[in-house]
Amino acid sequence: MRASIGVALQEAALDPLMTGRELIRLQATLQGLPGNEGKRRADDLLERVDLVDAADRRVGTYSGGMQRRLDLAAALVHEPRVLFLDEPTTGLDPVSRKTIWEEVRALNDEGTTVFLTTQYLEEADQLADNVGIIDSGRIVAEGTPESLKAQIGHPHIQLQLAEGSVAEAEQVCARIGKLLPPKDGGTVLVEVENGAADIPRTVRALDEAGVAVESLELVRPTLDDVFVAKTGHHLEKEDGAGAEPDPVEV
Amino acid sequence: MSELATNLRVVRALGMRSIRQTFRRPQLMAPIVVFPTLLLAIQTGGAGGAVNLPGFPPVHSFLQFMLAGAMMQSLMLAGNSGGIALAVDIEMGFTDRLFSAPIPRYTIVLGRLAGTAALGLFASLWFLAIGLIFGAQIEAGVPGALIAIALVTATAMAVGGIGAAIALRTGSASVVQGLFPLVLVVLFLSSAFFPVELMIQPAKAIAEYNPLSFIVEGVRGPIISEIDVAELGEAVLAIAGIVVLGLVLSARALRRRLRVG
Repeated sequence: MRASIGVALQEAALDPLMTGRELIRLQATLQGLPGNEGKRRADDLLERVDLVDAADRRVGTYSGGMQRRLDLAAALVHEPRVLFLDEPTTGLDPVSRKTIWEEVRALNDEGTTVFLTTQYLEEADQLADNVGIIDSGRIVAEGTPESLKAQIGHPHIQLQLAEGSVAEAEQVCARIGKLLPPKDGGTVLVEVENGAADIPRTVRALDEAGVAVESLELVRPTLDDVFVAKTGHHLEKEDGAGAEPDPVEV
Repeated sequence: MSELATNLRVVRALGMRSIRQTFRRPQLMAPIVVFPTLLLAIQTGGAGGAVNLPGFPPVHSFLQFMLAGAMMQSLMLAGNSGGIALAVDIEMGFTDRLFSAPIPRYTIVLGRLAGTAALGLFASLWFLAIGLIFGAQIEAGVPGALIAIALVTATAMAVGGIGAAIALRTGSASVVQGLFPLVLVVLFLSSAFFPVELMIQPAKAIAEYNPLSFIVEGVRGPIISEIDVAELGEAVLAIAGIVVLGLVLSARALRRRLRVG
């Protein structure tokens, strides 16, 4: 079974003293590829993850994004049928993240099954055919991103409020629609059935009640909303307690 | 390609990585070359008159006597460095990469030992070259030198097995590094740096039964006199004992690491 899976862990376990090329060739040997084929495969993969220029530099000199790309290349050396990626873009800059996304899409298009864990719900929405949401070790929702979002149903209005206005705004919004768990102490989220058409009456109601609103935004359902609906909390540190959120499997 | 050939390729590749790792990390290389070379220079320069002590084996020079000790020190520290490097691999998760590959797990340990053996080979050549450059003779000639090289290389691998077992058991580079003084104690309580006949009790008794002493005498014999088959046999037996101990301990530690992570 080990020959048919590829694994890239969250902490790229790379030897900083090896060069990128040495590491891919070693990985090829570990996967049983003959010498010449291993060299050819290493060259192809280094080109694929755009590391040709850095191939003969030690891994310790690579940026975080380069290390992730190298780790991905190492996981692909034997053309696995199933690829496990553990939070492959955590801590990466937007450009590196986009590069990884493109590579994951390409691999999936080529027929590789990708099992990806991520805490970025946008990433799950962008990449996954099927999403499973895990909360406290249990799968609380599973399906395509569209089907999960459809379960949530309605968009919501997100209000950013001035200090001291939250309680009053909640009272007003409770008359407009269903209140959702807030992201932080300064926001109120209210589900609205008619989308943008509900904005004017919301603004009027808040104005009449004298609630000071800093900003108002209509938010259509996202996987973040699915997560909130299914778990009752946001995928962020809760109550300032520093608790790590549970991963989302894609 | 047969399974054996594939596994040998894996051992060679991991051994090459181990060697590169040592040469690219000065803190691993220094104990193998720099420290023993300096100690050899200091001891040869400062205690050269010891050869005139009654009971000292007949040698041309103290350097000739000390070469075996320097090689032994180097290979012991190579084994320790190999253990440190393996523990670093465990700490940074590199062994998880190896464990997830479709290779027999024993190749991971053998690869590391192959690298340590290569460092032992390097150490033996280095100190023989130093000895020859500074006037020491190899009394048993080329065959004697080859025997010394073979014994040192094999001992490096054997000692590396102990280092690997400790690394696999603890998974901590600092713990393996902490054994450095112990390595020196074991070394000084052998005939590496001084003839057993001139030691005092209880060091003498310990040195007489220390397996390293048998290996030291096996290496030293061809350098300072002729090849002694009995002495050579004792050295080979001592090495075999350490190899078996190292492999048994490594296998047990590897199984435990795979079980508990």
